[in-house]
Amino acid sequence: MSSPDQESRLTQRLLLTPAVSTLLLWMIVPLVMTIYFSFIRYNLMQPDASGFVGWSNYEFFITNPAFGDAVFNTLLLLGSVVIITVTFGLALALLINDPFPGQGLVRVLLISPFFIMPTVNALLWKHMMMNPIYGVLAQISVFFGTEPINWLQDLPLFSVIIMLSWQWMPFACLIFITSLQSMDKEQLEASSLDGATFWQQFRYLYLPHLARPMSVVIMIEVIFLLSVFAEIFITTSGGPGTASTNLAYLIFAEALLNFDVGAASAGAVFAIILANIVAIFLIRMIGKNLEN
Amino acid sequence: MFGSYEWNKKLVIRTVASWALALLVFFPILFMLVTSFKTELQAIAVPSLWVFEPTLENYTEVQDRSDYLHFAWNSIITSVLSTILGLLIAVPAAYSFAFAPTKRSKDIMMWMLSTKMMPAVGALIPIYVICQKLGLLDSVFALTIIFTMINLPIMVWMLYSNFKDIPREILEAARMDGATLWDEFRQVLLPLSMGGIASTGLLCLVLSWNEAFWVLNLTSANAGTLASLVASYSSPEGLFWAKLSAVSVLAIGPIVVFGWFSQKQLVQGLTFGAVK
Repeated sequence: MSSPDQESRLTQRLLLTPAVSTLLLWMIVPLVMTIYFSFIRYNLMQPDASGFVGWSNYEFFITNPAFGDAVFNTLLLLGSVVIITVTFGLALALLINDPFPGQGLVRVLLISPFFIMPTVNALLWKHMMMNPIYGVLAQISVFFGTEPINWLQDLPLFSVIIMLSWQWMPFACLIFITSLQSMDKEQLEASSLDGATFWQQFRYLYLPHLARPMSVVIMIEVIFLLSVFAEIFITTSGGPGTASTNLAYLIFAEALLNFDVGAASAGAVFAIILANIVAIFLIRMIGKNLEN
Repeated sequence: MFGSYEWNKKLVIRTVASWALALLVFFPILFMLVTSFKTELQAIAVPSLWVFEPTLENYTEVQDRSDYLHFAWNSIITSVLSTILGLLIAVPAAYSFAFAPTKRSKDIMMWMLSTKMMPAVGALIPIYVICQKLGLLDSVFALTIIFTMINLPIMVWMLYSNFKDIPREILEAARMDGATLWDEFRQVLLPLSMGGIASTGLLCLVLSWNEAFWVLNLTSANAGTLASLVASYSSPEGLFWAKLSAVSVLAIGPIVVFGWFSQKQLVQGLTFGAVK
């Protein structure tokens, strides 16, 4: 006979089983297959050629000059968007925190880009905003008498950063707004009466209060920004050259444009390693904030 | 609406600045909405037209040419089903993490989150091959399962941080009174955590609706969602802005309006308990 304690432990395990087992399957099966593919010759255009090729797929992928660029672009994209969205999101949240006429509507307008799907986001910016002749940004340049910028051609990665920041800034802003509303009003008033400047308040009252929401924003954004795909696929196709190719897009191009699944799988293993490095780094940095 | 404010210089500046910035952020969406009611010629006029006779022809043409309703239906089915399925799997797990944590709970949750950091493209080829072998390419079923799996880690986390705030004593008291696990869940936990469950579901709906990577790579005409319908208007149409705008408005309209109405609820859960 099992004791009630054992019985409840069994129940808890049963409750966890669906989530853990499905996620394990979802992770392990593709991972094992990817590792397997990365060691064989697997080219969709040469279905007959096969066999174990050792590390040559890895060698091929690493020595591809695009590889270094892709890793660099992935991290630059991630870092830039996180910094931009947290900074502007926080500034906006502080601006609209106290009541003013139309506060509710302003909130609704500000959060809207978060609900826009990546394909629409990309097409909207590519055509209507950044087109060098008809686009809104070109019209603004002309209005001020300067040469319109050919955004996607001349500043491709920066253009993608703009699109992603536009999408994620509202998210950061909204979480900060929600957090600011729970701040201790009396403490703020008291510090004002004592003559604290805004910067002092920001440094000693706001920032400590916002540490946890900030960790949440960074964590969620990192998860989604490490594997940006649709925005690049639709706007620049990674180009010109490799100027806006990130790791996700490079692997995609290798597999489905060059049909070299073996090399793409080697690339995927690198992407997984990179993701784990970032994850460990992230957990070290903000993990404490996420626990209580 | 203006009466109850004590107007001073600071408030005026704050109001004007907030409105200006909000309109700036919203401008691209507004521009697209306006463009969708123009003719193609008006759409690319420089400088942009703001006064014109609106037309609905872009919208009728989108429906005629590409069967908007078919893609919209796929979007609805995949997001709703994956949300329900995800909740069914995530709620028990979150319950166990929150109310019966063991030494390994934190590690398991971190591991779950780390699966989310693996770039989807790393799993693309294996998943593609599996779907191909099972005859599940371009199927709503496969898409629903994939959406469930990619959202699951975040759902478990959100639900966990919500459940964690419920005093354990309440559940223990119910158990003392002889409640079964199911009673405990239905009569105690569910009423107390309705908000958290709702916001988790809402986020999952939004994420699934907007998911593009798997949709673009695994589906085409049959199981494609609105994300792929929009993408199909990108390359061949080139500069047909008015039609592109119309199809985009149709694709984002439902979820944006849905998001407006549920934003407060949504954000509360998204803060992962970071906001007290």
